[in-house]
Amino acid sequence: MLASDRIFGALVVLGALGYVATAAQIPAPFFSDPLGTRAFPMIVGSCAALCGAMMVWRPDAEPEWPGLASLGALLVATIALVGYAYALKPMGFLLPTAVVSAILSYQIAPRVVPAILAGLGLSVGLFVLFRFVLGLSLFGFPRGWF
Amino acid sequence: MDLLANLSLGFGIALSPYTLMLAVLGCFIGTIVGALPGLGPANGVAIMIPITFSLGLDAVAALVLLTSIYYGAMYGGRISSILLNIPGDEPAMMTCLDGHPMAKNGRPGDALVISGVASFVGAFLSTIGLMLLAPALSRIAYQFGPAEYFALYLLAFCTLGGIASNNQAKAAFASCLGIMIAMIGLDPNSGMARLTGGNLHLYDGIDFLVAIVGLFAVSEVFFFIEKHGKQGALNIKIDKVTVPWLEIWSTRWVMLRSSVLGFIAGVLPGAGASLGSFLTYVTEKSIAGEKGKFGTGVAKGIAAPEVGNNAAAGGALVPMLTLGVPGSGTTAVLLAVLVTLNITPGPTLFTDRPDVVWGLIASLLIANFVLLAMNVPMVKVFVKLLELPPAILMPGVTMVSFVGIYSLTGSYFDLLLVVLFGILGYVLRKLDIPTVPVILGILLGGKMEKQLRDAMVLSDGDWTYLLSSGISIGLFVAAFLGFIAPMFLRKFLKKPQLPTD
Repeated sequence: MLASDRIFGALVVLGALGYVATAAQIPAPFFSDPLGTRAFPMIVGSCAALCGAMMVWRPDAEPEWPGLASLGALLVATIALVGYAYALKPMGFLLPTAVVSAILSYQIAPRVVPAILAGLGLSVGLFVLFRFVLGLSLFGFPRGWF
Repeated sequence: MDLLANLSLGFGIALSPYTLMLAVLGCFIGTIVGALPGLGPANGVAIMIPITFSLGLDAVAALVLLTSIYYGAMYGGRISSILLNIPGDEPAMMTCLDGHPMAKNGRPGDALVISGVASFVGAFLSTIGLMLLAPALSRIAYQFGPAEYFALYLLAFCTLGGIASNNQAKAAFASCLGIMIAMIGLDPNSGMARLTGGNLHLYDGIDFLVAIVGLFAVSEVFFFIEKHGKQGALNIKIDKVTVPWLEIWSTRWVMLRSSVLGFIAGVLPGAGASLGSFLTYVTEKSIAGEKGKFGTGVAKGIAAPEVGNNAAAGGALVPMLTLGVPGSGTTAVLLAVLVTLNITPGPTLFTDRPDVVWGLIASLLIANFVLLAMNVPMVKVFVKLLELPPAILMPGVTMVSFVGIYSLTGSYFDLLLVVLFGILGYVLRKLDIPTVPVILGILLGGKMEKQLRDAMVLSDGDWTYLLSSGISIGLFVAAFLGFIAPMFLRKFLKKPQLPTD
């Protein structure tokens, strides 16, 4: 079928054309140089669209996509990492790190107890390393706890 | 002698206890990173950058630490190639071809020692080459104007795309994607926001560190999750490490030839270490012919690619330091470091900041001896690391990279971008689209546009100005050939498959 490259290429063409269209709307500044603010992004965007078209025209062999179970694991990992991004500031370092590394560890090797231990160990170990050995300013706990 | 004076300045800096300690530390971390399966020089350095910055090291110290990690990872990459048949990254792949068979034939110790010595020869000779060639090239670089720089950037994108990938369209797309990302943010000429979609977080543009960590480190974690950590277990035992002197001596000409070839491959902008190890292996294989028995675990087959990739690692520093155009993926990452440290690579670097250049070169010379000591007599220490389960290693790598970015920017938005780039990197790598050109594009896109606009200002909008000098015409032609040639050569230069267990 060779569908992956075709689908991705089509998305690239659409995205790149959208990019060119957006770049064409950049308002002109008062003092402009001969080339201006729009030309270069538009040229590069067009090149990208061309490459996308090439991918649709001559796709490579199909890659091996993961099965549903692996896809689910990847989704869980992504959600955990996004949650980590939001949690790090208000929750401090120790708790989110322990939870997220345990989740990641479980996704790589699905055994509950070792994963929890890995999470706890990494959280405490890295905190000691960053805070006391490297001297970064990290908060271990939510502010206001101590 | 200029060179001697410069070197003594360099060694004055490099031999100070603090710098020396950083170099040794860098070598140690680098070898670990290189030895771990799935981690190579580029993501190793990428993970360490934010942490280095948060420590507040000065320019020389940060650069010495990170380039030692870079060299160390090039050395260490062979360990997982030889013992597990899993290359840490692309350049280490060729070492699998003869290294793993030799290890399976019951000589893992010999394979590690031969490749360790080969790494040393390649890296040492190319550091000397760097010392001799870089100042000369920096004098030529004074003649470069906007048109020449624009052509040079184009050359870097074309050769990188041409060689790094199996499909020109995909490589070119990767470069375009990087440049398109680089355009986001304030336009340096007019100070107006471009392509931000009104999001205030994007006014500063997208930090390339965020992209590097996402594309290299986080996407690697996704790959491990997909495979559920299934990978070759270490089932090769190493008893005693002895030095096979005779065999090493028998490879002396291979090492010399490969050093020169690898160095040249490294100097070519954009080509880098993968090309170095590939070219040297293929060349030596054809010189040795049928009775050379390449691929069955012969010393020459281990020495050639290992010399090649380490020589290319040194060579790749030449265009990075003198022209500001990286010669490989990892030097692209190092270039990001320089830019962030407010050091502008280019010809003026050699006159304005000789302490940085020569301190770095002297540190690299010292680092090579440290690495030889770590990688030959102490190699068993690093072999132990291969037993570390990925279920602990990969979450650790993720957390280190997140904290690094967070302590640098303190912004949750950047962490979200890291995850986004991780997903992007995963999809791109699945589709066999190289990620290094994306980094190069993010790094050089803004400069490329600036040079083009400066050229147009100088010529008042006359496009023929771009072709007004011999240097720029030569660079444009080279860029064109570098992009086109691999399409035809690919038939003849098929990448060999990894040996199967």
